[in-house]
Amino acid sequence: MEFIQDLMNYGFLQKALFTSIMVGILCGVIGCFIILRGMALMGDAISHAVLPGVAISFMLGINYFYGAVVMGLLTAIGIGYISQNSRVKSDSSIGIVFSAFFALGVLLITKASTAIDLTQILFGNVLSVRTSDMWLTLIIGAIVLLIVILFYKEFLITTFDPTMAQAYGLPVRFIHYVIMILLTLVTVASLQTVGVILVVAMLITPASTAYLLTNRLSTMIFLSAFFGALSAVIGLYFSSEYNLSSGAVIVLATTSIFILAFIFSPKQGILWRMIREKKNKASI
Amino acid sequence: MGKALTVDHLHVSYYGKEVIKDVSFSINTGKLVGIIGPNGAGKSTIMKATLGLIPKDKGNVRILEKPLKAVRKKIAYVPQRNNLDWDFPINVIDTVLLGTYPHLGLMRRPNAKQKEWAFQCLKEVGMEDFSKQQIGELSGGQQQRVFLARALAQKAELFFLDEPFVGIDVSSETTIIKILKNLCDKGKTVLVVHHDLTKVEDYFDELILLNKELVEYGPVQQVFKAETISQAYQANLSILKKVGVSM
Ligand SMILES: Nc1ncnc2c1ncn2[C@@H]1O[C@H](COP(=O)(O)OP(=O)(O)OP(=O)(O)O)[C@@H](O)[C@H]1O
Ligand SMILES: [Mg+2]
Repeated sequence: MEFIQDLMNYGFLQKALFTSIMVGILCGVIGCFIILRGMALMGDAISHAVLPGVAISFMLGINYFYGAVVMGLLTAIGIGYISQNSRVKSDSSIGIVFSAFFALGVLLITKASTAIDLTQILFGNVLSVRTSDMWLTLIIGAIVLLIVILFYKEFLITTFDPTMAQAYGLPVRFIHYVIMILLTLVTVASLQTVGVILVVAMLITPASTAYLLTNRLSTMIFLSAFFGALSAVIGLYFSSEYNLSSGAVIVLATTSIFILAFIFSPKQGILWRMIREKKNKASI
Repeated sequence: MGKALTVDHLHVSYYGKEVIKDVSFSINTGKLVGIIGPNGAGKSTIMKATLGLIPKDKGNVRILEKPLKAVRKKIAYVPQRNNLDWDFPINVIDTVLLGTYPHLGLMRRPNAKQKEWAFQCLKEVGMEDFSKQQIGELSGGQQQRVFLARALAQKAELFFLDEPFVGIDVSSETTIIKILKNLCDKGKTVLVVHHDLTKVEDYFDELILLNKELVEYGPVQQVFKAETISQAYQANLSILKKVGVSM
């Protein structure tokens, strides 16, 4: 295997591998909560809205991470504010807020500096991961996973039955914002690997795949993290061997796994469903 | 005997439309209390407002002689309609296990003891054979019984059940009423929103008769009379006779 030899020889490949696995795991874990809360669109919104944050950080000469996190949170708060204080439905307010932020981001980036490569932010390039990016991903990953492990019980019940959670005194609104913060952190960590446009696929597709395969949240989270990491490795392999865009290849890997589950899942898959229906008909 | 629930001049409105007007009553502990009244009388609203799930305009609510904040974990609530995602990846026994969460505290997980207790509660409502089923795969009545089991698992002092018998077959209803009476014998207080007037006299110790305002509150024999009921329901006396209201 040439790829494995390259991996041994080149430091940049090792960094890329480590970072993309971490991103796959994080997106898989947070993605489960995002899809179960019906917030898939929110993930898309936050990932697009971090763009002006990246631009402003470059202008100020600070790490893009800070600007991106601030913008992501402003988006989450802005969307919540509009849908709670008007009759505009939440999917519409998501559309309003994130397209505005994204448009602002495109202007800022093209005007402000030629040093930032827009395509790289939009589509990611895992092979250009620097050591500092790797550490950043590792730290974000540790924080996110620790919070999910510690507050798993609270995340589970506020996702499944917010009324009960509120009745026994959990700060449901606060927990919602904690999950928004985690989502923003994960999105920012994924920028290098898959880029702004495709982060949402990493959040939704592995989690949805896992959702087809199990009836337990904890199992779903592990499976989703596994599929995320697996897709990242597959994506890295193809993008480094054939010089393809890493984000696109990783996303197509997640989609392939999803299609397999969609067809072959024992409970939900269309294949077994067809076989069961045939059997039923035959027995009649 | 202490007070389980004291409601004092309570007013609640939705978008400026007042649906609970100046309601006051005080319930002793250990009672099985029915809340009856026509559709839109504010039965569900008064439960939500006392639980702090919706804001109240005016008035004071004390539970177990304390403010709500201090006793939240001692209350179990089963809403009229569960706005849940029935495809959520959770099975029956894990749903009941959620009832143990309020007393677990932050960062603690349920252990074997809590799991055993959840299974016992499931047994009480006769659903133990379904413990590994995904909750969306149950019938409506079975789902209702699972949520009752979860309320039992909360080891609450006060139970708020909003129309718990809707869609439940006769034999399960009898079992559940027995469980509730049992709880009251142990000093717990149970409030039940109920629609079937034929059973009211067998089931409850006391009645709250509501139609936006409090029509009457007291022991069943006192409240369940033709004039009072017809006043609340604005129905004529012959209908009431059919359902067995004493004249
Ligand atoms: N979310 C809401 N927004 C606006 N109005 C509401 C809302 N919920 C209830 N109402 C109004 O408040 C009044 C009381 O409603 P509530 O649900 O408390 O009635 P109820 O006694 O429980 O009726 P039912 O027997 O049908 O369950 C009704 O007139 C209803 O129209
Ligand atoms: Mg109601």
